[in-house]
Amino acid sequence: MIGIYLAGSLLISLAFYFARNHLFNVILAWIFCILQGTLAIYEYAHPEETQLVYFTADSLAVIFLIVISIVCFPVIYHSFVYLSKHPYKPREMGMYYAATVMLIASISAAYLSNHMGITWVFVELTTLSASALIYHRRSKLTLEGSWKYIFICSISITLVFIGVLFATVAVQQQGINDLFYKTLSRNASMFNVFWMKLAFLFIFTGFTAKAGLVPMYTAGIDAKDKAPYPADALLASVLMNVGFIGIFRFYEITSHTSIFEWTNKIILISAILSVFVATVYMLRVKNIKRMMAYSGVEHMGIVMLGIAAGGIGYYAAILHLILHSLAKPALFFQFGQIYRIYGSKSVYDVGNYFKYNITGAIVLLLAYFIITAMPPSGMFVSEFLIFKSLFASGNLWILILVLILLTMIIWALGKNVFKMLFIKPVDFDDTRVESIPFSESISQIILLILVVYLGLNPPEELVTLINSAISTLPR
Amino acid sequence: MINILLIAFTISLIYIAMANRMLTYIRIIAFQGLLLFGIAFVELIEINVINLVFVLLETIIIKTIAIPFFLKFILDRNKITREAEPSVSNFISVVIVTLIILGSFFLTNAIRDTHLHKIFFIVALSALFTGLYIIITRRKILTHVMGFMVLENGVFVLSLAVGSEMPMLVNMGILLDIFVSVILLGIFADKIGDVFEEQDVEQLSNLKD
Repeated sequence: MIGIYLAGSLLISLAFYFARNHLFNVILAWIFCILQGTLAIYEYAHPEETQLVYFTADSLAVIFLIVISIVCFPVIYHSFVYLSKHPYKPREMGMYYAATVMLIASISAAYLSNHMGITWVFVELTTLSASALIYHRRSKLTLEGSWKYIFICSISITLVFIGVLFATVAVQQQGINDLFYKTLSRNASMFNVFWMKLAFLFIFTGFTAKAGLVPMYTAGIDAKDKAPYPADALLASVLMNVGFIGIFRFYEITSHTSIFEWTNKIILISAILSVFVATVYMLRVKNIKRMMAYSGVEHMGIVMLGIAAGGIGYYAAILHLILHSLAKPALFFQFGQIYRIYGSKSVYDVGNYFKYNITGAIVLLLAYFIITAMPPSGMFVSEFLIFKSLFASGNLWILILVLILLTMIIWALGKNVFKMLFIKPVDFDDTRVESIPFSESISQIILLILVVYLGLNPPEELVTLINSAISTLPR
Repeated sequence: MINILLIAFTISLIYIAMANRMLTYIRIIAFQGLLLFGIAFVELIEINVINLVFVLLETIIIKTIAIPFFLKFILDRNKITREAEPSVSNFISVVIVTLIILGSFFLTNAIRDTHLHKIFFIVALSALFTGLYIIITRRKILTHVMGFMVLENGVFVLSLAVGSEMPMLVNMGILLDIFVSVILLGIFADKIGDVFEEQDVEQLSNLKD
């Protein structure tokens, strides 16, 4: 199936690139959505099946694959809305769709890969297609954003490669000649500790560029600021999961070695710094897209806290990732509507949103409660479990610090969101405001309801999947 | 033989530290590609023929001809000033790169591991850090790309050290090369010169909070 999927999406991507007809584009988009959905369903129905040697549908991959398939529909729908509002040349539109399809396909393949090298290759492909999306508007600032993204991601991907090489040194000493995650974790306890430590450091640092953690988080911030909003929804949610999966698969291997405690410390340091950096920037950022990009850094930090703390934290971390990937796109779609009304991303220029777009304003209000993990939100449950695991693992002071930082984030976000919703904007000419139809908010509402439902009452199948994804980690 | 090539590669690192003109940088990168061709030929002679031919063709065509030629093309087309404009004087650069090489020498000798190809490791580490150093201290965007090429050549040497038994890794290193060339084509081919007049990193500092 993965073979059909990859070939199919390559063909669709090519067809998009050359297509100049709106109806044809719609048909192609439907075919791709169906293909994506079929892949997710097929992999769910065939767990642990290896296809084309290098792809295995393990539980973690299936979870993230289902998430990306859910997010894929609204992304493509909003891409159509976005492109119909702007007078882009047909060639640029073709490039946009082609890059979106390639991005989704390479993310899915990176999830499914069961080999270190193959994961690396597909992560590289995500950088290529993402940079085409960021550069879509072809202005000076987008060029700057995409150049920075490309440069930092290239260096990070090189660091990951060096990490893979170091891991290979350790592996070869045991006479093993492949880099399948299964083989590695089976033999992990024999590997030379020194090389494994080096390999972990490099792989972790490299993947933080995608995952949005300290130290390489800067790549994602400018990218999310400058990319068109449907692309942002991908960059801020499912693409971050790619970075996570890269780190997590190697973390699983180290969990069978004597350096496990040490890796936990590294992850913990990076996680705390991520939450801290996110807080500092969110207190002063006035650009709503950048604000949400930093919020992504914060959430990845929280996820990594759960991973480092262990115990129930593993379960909560995966759940938090799922919920975060569903909630973030809703916010970015909403920002697209705000930009259409006010023509600005700055908090200063946006205000009294209830007057101009009632459904949009309600979505924004709901999304605020959900992204800050207030009780109806499913993220409340996952964050609560992560805090519980931090407490249980004896990191009380870290827990207190993180709670203080999170309170500041809630305040910073709330201050800006309520300003946008209720306070009159300065110098805003509302004679020619575009009215946004209700239908464009439906996808956001569905995503947000899904976050609440999955968090408060996760279906049995989801719980089983998550538990089997973390089953190899020590309890 | 292989030691001579590797040592020549290390010397080229010192030379790049004191190079003043963009054209010299390009020539050094082409020369490094040629050296890597030799190293790959000697080191990988035992792997299967198709793979070997692929690796050799890549080093000679992409690393030695295509990328330097393309960099030269960008240089002429965008009328970039010839000087590399380092923010540190060349003398200090040479001292620092020498220190980097010495440092990687001692670092590698500190590793107690009998399986290791030490000389590969020393050369690779020096190239990695020299590449990073060039990226940090030069001001032109194009020089950053060249620093990245040096860094990548270092990674290629590292992959040769472990790749004789796992040719797949060498191929991955090559993919990285192709990846960068594609990006160069995509962004630099005609875009950056049209949007920015002077290709200076200072121009790229408008995106901030």
